[in-house]
Amino acid sequence: MPGSLFPTTRRSVIEALRSEDAEERTRAYGTLAAIYWRPLYKYARIIHRRNAEEAEDLTQSLMLQAFERGALENYDSRRASFRTFLRTLFDRLIINQDKHASRLKRGGQFAFTAAEDELQREDNRAVNPEEYFQRQWIKSLFAMAVDRSRESMEPGTFAIFKSYDLEGDATYARLAGEHGVSEMTVTNRLAAARRRFREIALELVREITASDDEFRREARALFGVEP
Amino acid sequence: MTWLSDDAVVRLRDVAMRPDFDGTRYAIVREIGRGGMGIVYEAIDQELQRHVAIKVLPAGNRREAQIIAELEHPGIIPIHDAGMLVDGRTFYVMKLVRGSTLAEKPRTIAEAVRLSLRISEPVAFAHARGVVHRDLKPSNVMLGEFGEVLVMDWGVAVAGTPGYMAPEEERTPRSDVFALGVMLREFVGSDRLPRRLRAIIAKATSPLAADRYASAREFGEDLVRFLDDQAVVAYPENAADAVLRWLVRNRALLAVIVAYLIMRIAVLLVWRR
Repeated sequence: MPGSLFPTTRRSVIEALRSEDAEERTRAYGTLAAIYWRPLYKYARIIHRRNAEEAEDLTQSLMLQAFERGALENYDSRRASFRTFLRTLFDRLIINQDKHASRLKRGGQFAFTAAEDELQREDNRAVNPEEYFQRQWIKSLFAMAVDRSRESMEPGTFAIFKSYDLEGDATYARLAGEHGVSEMTVTNRLAAARRRFREIALELVREITASDDEFRREARALFGVEP
Repeated sequence: MTWLSDDAVVRLRDVAMRPDFDGTRYAIVREIGRGGMGIVYEAIDQELQRHVAIKVLPAGNRREAQIIAELEHPGIIPIHDAGMLVDGRTFYVMKLVRGSTLAEKPRTIAEAVRLSLRISEPVAFAHARGVVHRDLKPSNVMLGEFGEVLVMDWGVAVAGTPGYMAPEEERTPRSDVFALGVMLREFVGSDRLPRRLRAIIAKATSPLAADRYASAREFGEDLVRFLDDQAVVAYPENAADAVLRWLVRNRALLAVIVAYLIMRIAVLLVWRR
């Protein structure tokens, strides 16, 4: 269905964060937190050179502040993307950070240890802050789209997609042998999986942007070209 | 959440946008170009067994193909086919031109002016049909392997490219003239340009749209006058300029006359001894 390119069914979570309904706000917070906490944590570690504990506190602190009701009143999607708005808030928070402030109680909300492991495996050569944050945002968004793809695809199709596109070490012939299907079937399943992945990634961008314009800009940042 | 390696992200970014041509007569060979608005692929037309170029554009974007279909000109790559992918993106198929974009600067001023003239020709043709390019720049000009000069990416840019973009907001033929002037300035460089050429560049790149040539055709006509050593519209001449230009234009004839006179004087001197 051609219309599936611009999913409009889901309400933007940015809008939902301003809702009167506490439950809707919580759901919206969940999606945004899932996408943004990793990029923010890594950004504090790599760009602001904070140690792991400080980066954890800063990330949690921003999450609490930014997603409190009323905190997003200043956000205007015509002026900047939500991603840039959030990064700017974070920069300000880090600059104003009171070194003697009482430490936040670190809970189990975010898997900081996992993020720290990831940092060891990633190329963290210094690039400019915006580029770095964008790169991490893309990674986080794609990771979430992969998770949603796993849930929505038939397991055999996802396994082919995972081997070929995520791990990048498979051939059509090997996958055909492993799955007991023809190479043509592998080709078709891979094409279907990629299409579904793309739809899901675009749905996600739609969810975390506040306007059509912002959606197009962010989809372009994600794919390098307007979808 | 799944952790993705940097390589996996690059692959996902690439495959997610790779068009699915299932059910069409085309098979993708490789990506050959990418701009903000679309991706161009080399593909095989399986029906006719020939290589073609396919440009894939955002959903709902049929304008570019429709514009080019109206512009049949040797300086504009012709369109063979257009359609829609299953995901809603549009595509159009065109002749595959093997060549390069303008990588090397022309070697002489005359070469640079001739190149600008050839770029201005399809643009003038488009202006006459009410089409404004909106994003003229060297990377949108291709040199074919047989010396063809082809202008690409018609009428779809939203804003244009900084440096080539005229200051006014409204895009008109005069804003294309501005870009043509900027390109000419880049081609000729800044070393000791003839006054008439400097004036052409200044007129084409004037910050005020009203002071520029009204269309690419007028710009091209002034370039032809410059190449023919005639007076150009951009540079009002005084009598001395006109004489000087006449002398330069007729320098071969003058050389013959001067040589003849020298010979006559020499003969006269020898005879008088």
